Formats: sequence, C-alpha cells, structure tokens
Amino acid sequence: MFFDHFNYWIVVILMMIGLYTLMSRSNLVKKMIGLSLFQISVFLLYISMGKIEGGTAPIVSNAPDVLYSNPLPHVLILTAIVVGVATTALGLALIVRINEAFGSVDEEEILNSEDSL
Amino acid sequence: MMFFMSHAPVLAIIIPLMGAPICALFRGKTAPWLFTLILSALSFAYSIDLLIEVSANGPISYEIGGWAPPYGIEYVADPLSAFVMVIISGISTGVLLYAKESIANEVPTSHLGFFFAAYLLALTGMMGITVTGDAFNIFVFLEITSLSSYVLIAMGARQDRRALTAAFQYLIIGTIGATFILIGVGLLYIMTGTLNIADIANQFDSISDTRPVRAAVGFLIVGIAIKIAMFPFHAWLPNAYSYAPNIVTAFFAGTATKVSVYLLIRFIYTIFGADFSFGTVYLTELLLPLGVIAALSMSVVAIFQDNLKRLLAFSSVAQLGYITIAIALATEAGLTAGILHIFNHAIVKTGLFLSVGAMFYATGTTSIKSLAGVGQRMPITSFGFVLGGLGLIGVPLTPGFISKWYLIQAVLERGDYIGYGLAIAILLSSIFAVIYIWRVVEILYFQPTPEGATGGEAPLSLIIPCWIFILGSFYFGIETSINVGFSEQAAQFLMGAR
Repeated sequence: MFFDHFNYWIVVILMMIGLYTLMSRSNLVKKMIGLSLFQISVFLLYISMGKIEGGTAPIVSNAPDVLYSNPLPHVLILTAIVVGVATTALGLALIVRINEAFGSVDEEEILNSEDSL
Repeated sequence: MMFFMSHAPVLAIIIPLMGAPICALFRGKTAPWLFTLILSALSFAYSIDLLIEVSANGPISYEIGGWAPPYGIEYVADPLSAFVMVIISGISTGVLLYAKESIANEVPTSHLGFFFAAYLLALTGMMGITVTGDAFNIFVFLEITSLSSYVLIAMGARQDRRALTAAFQYLIIGTIGATFILIGVGLLYIMTGTLNIADIANQFDSISDTRPVRAAVGFLIVGIAIKIAMFPFHAWLPNAYSYAPNIVTAFFAGTATKVSVYLLIRFIYTIFGADFSFGTVYLTELLLPLGVIAALSMSVVAIFQDNLKRLLAFSSVAQLGYITIAIALATEAGLTAGILHIFNHAIVKTGLFLSVGAMFYATGTTSIKSLAGVGQRMPITSFGFVLGGLGLIGVPLTPGFISKWYLIQAVLERGDYIGYGLAIAILLSSIFAVIYIWRVVEILYFQPTPEGATGGEAPLSLIIPCWIFILGSFYFGIETSINVGFSEQAAQFLMGAR
C-alpha cells in the first residue's frame, strides 16, 4: 500500500508538515518555510502524475515502440514553480519591511505592538 | 477595426499585461496614472464590445496562437464571463478616474510607476481568470492577481504600518487558497487528461463517481471559498481592506472577491454541473448555512467597528453571504439574483469606498469618531456616502433593493420553511445594515466638529468620479433592464449549458 503509491504518500506527508509549520509557528520566516514546503508538495504531486509505468523521458527517439512519460504536467509545474518562487520572494520582502517597521519578525510580538498603537 | 474586434477576448487581457512593464518605467505624478487610465479604458471598451457581441450571437471561442482546443489554450467569452469582464474593467476605469490626487497623497511619487504597474497586473489577472477556458490558466491568472494585490495592499504602509502585516496575512491565506485550487485542477487532470474547461465538463459525468474527483471538488470549493472570503475564511479581508490605500480598497471591493464568486459559479455550474454539485455532493447544504451566518454575523460585527473602512469591509463579507445564498439555491432565479448582486454590490461598494477615500483625503483619517461633523464640512461627499449607504441597505430605487428583491423572490420560490427562514434572515441582515449605516450618518451629521478640525470639501477630481458611481448606482436601480437583462441571460445560459 505504502510503496505502491510512494510518491503520493510523500506528497501528503510533506503537505501536512508544511501546513502544520505554517499554523503552529509564530515566527514569520518559519511560516514562509512552511508555505514553501506546502507548495513544493504540490509540485511533487504534478511531477508524479506525469510518470507512466515503463515510460521513458519524452524525447523523440527513432527506436520503435517507445513509451513516453507525459511531459505536460512537468511543463505546467514549471509555471507553478515560478509562481512559488515569486510568492516566497514577495513574502520575504514583506518580512524585511515588517522587521523594519515593527522591530520584530515574531507574530505575537507584532500583534502586541499593534494593540499599543 | 474588424481585425481588432476579432481579437477582442485576448486584447482585453494583453493590453494591461503589456502595459504593466512599460508603466513601471514612467516617473512623476501624471504619466503613470494617465497611461494606466488609458489602457484600462481600452480594456473596458473591448469588454463592452465583447458583451454586446456575445449577447447577440452567443459565446465566442478564441484560440490563443491559433492552436485549436483542447490542446491549445482557449479563451471563452460567454454571457457570464463577458458580463463580469465589463464589471471589472468598468470599476477599474472608474476608480482610476479618481486615483490621481488620492494616490499621490498616500504613496511616494517615486513609487507611482511601480504602483500603477502592479495595478495593471491585478487588472490583467482578474480579466484573465474571467475569460480563460483553461483550468490551469485560471491558477496562473489567479496568482498574477494575488501577487500584485499583496503588493498593492502593502503600499498602504506609509499611512499605517499594519498594512504590511495585513498584506503578509493575506499572502499566507491567499497562497494556501490558490494552492488548493492547483491541487484540485491537478486531480481533475489526472482523471480527464485535459485542462480545457469544456472538455473536462464533457467528461465529468463519466468520472464523477470516483474518489479523486470528489477530492478535487473539495479542494476547489475550499480554495475558492478562501479567495471569496466566504464566512469561515474571511479573516484576511477586513485587515487587507482597512490598511490598503483607498483606491486599492475601492478597486478590490468591487472586483477581487467578485472574480472569485465568478470562479465558484463557473466550477459549480459549468464544470461539475448543477446535478452533481447539488444532487450528489450536497453543496446547497454546505453553502447555504455559511451564507446565512456570513450575512447575519458579519452585519452585526460591522455595527461595532471604529474604522469606517473596516466597517465597510465587514459589510462586504456580509454581502458576499447573500451571493453565496443565491448561488446555493441551485435555481435559475437564484443564479440571476447572485449575478445581479455581483454587479450591484460592486458599483455601490466602490462608490462608498471612494467617498470614504475623499473624506480621508480631506481629514487624514477614517476613524469614525474623528469624522464627527464632516457632514457640515464636506456636504457633497457626505451626501454621496449617505446615498451609497441607502444602496447598501436596499432602499427602493437603489440597486441594492433590486438585487434583494430578486433574491427574496428566489428564496421564496423554494416554498418551504427554509425559504421563509432565508427571507427573514435576509431582511434581518438588512436591518443590521440600517443600524451600521445610521451609526455613521449620525456621527457625520449630528455630532459637532471637534475643536481644531481642519479640511473643507475634497477637490472636484475626487468628488466627480465618486458621484459617477453613486448616480450610476441609482441609474441601475431605476432603469434595471441592462443589469437584470444581462444577469438573466447569463443565468439562463449557465442552467441550459448542461
């Protein structure tokens, strides 16, 4: 059961680690790490779904009866990786600004200082 | 001209997309704003052309790069997407008319080029979500919108540093929502082998009984609900709307959540089909209570807000509750009411946020207490706010009345106790709206101006666009054939599609 769908189990485990980190940590940088992990698990899901049993890399060869893996999900996920990088960069840039404005990257400390405004 | 018309679906997207990097190069106060206004107006003009064309001759399919669907990416303008495109680009253009003075007051001049570039990208993304006929493309455009909206919200940091934390909170929640949508699309792709929406819809009945599809439906509905700010997922919206620059709030209040509502309608009615959504997975039983709770609880929460922008933001969540109810009814009348309310609420709420923006411009605050006596100092702006507030409550002659009238007819059509209960809930929520609007009006008009308060009426460049929205809302509240007509057409199309 576990090894039949090895990739998909890893996807689920990574996704849960990411979501848990995201929710349980109050440090904003750690939250971003959780978010990245969560997104990366979805990349893995897409990459796994393109694999066809016995299929080879989808590069046209002249050999007869070649079974190719599906390249489309890989192309799709390249786009999603770019989006993920942009999200991470923007999130980290915001954290830098938050650190400048509040003098902290800890969510609870920031909330406390917001109240005192 | 014929050449440009036949490419209207893609031009409405490409124009702001290509304009964004150019806009980032402009410096000064006027150039980036004027450039953005022109591009947005062009996009609006193409959307109107498209809507007229679609309503006369039926849906238009556009093949990107000449690659035929289902392998190429297809843009589809049908009665619903063309109508939503007109709403988005229209609101965007109206807000831009207002933007020049307002945003120069809130964002450093050296950043204006980048600000308007992000604005154009947000517009691109929203228009793209609406017109695309490709499920993965939806995710891409969704992220274009989201990333630029995080930037736009964070631009409020000069006024209030909490804009940064609001933007960060929205980034976290919004990314989770978008990734859920990505998972849902991926699972649909596993089962169908296609990303074309029409193609998925065709195959959907034969695979609807499988577990990946059920999981996909769950991920998609939750992901979209986060983006709509549907009741339990609404936490990001009040913060984001309160601390963003005023024109950003006005723009997003009218468009961002509406686009997500469009996505919900598109997935429920076009891809899953009404039979599956409401017969097999019981979305009515899920969405209806959430809509009712949102409409009631958020209206009550709005009563107790100290900040005017925050009050209106909570009222937005409540109004989205009405739309959720309307969609969950699963009838043509309900769908008509929902689509109609997308239009009506967009125009009313944008007008309200613009008048609040004018008050902020003159007084430098949106805290309700500090706005005491503004009714005397800024009579024109305040009167605009009152008229907009009437539209929000749903007084006759305003568009709010029209959409509530259709909504109540639609819920009574059920003819059971749940229908009567829903009608009572909607009326109750309207009464709460009277209370929170009246609370503001009382402070604006009947409390003395505090000592030393300065600032007279806002400049005409702010008042005129604001009043365009207010008067426009009354026009659509009295002469209803345009908005009701297009909504009915879209609802008929969706119910007849499958």
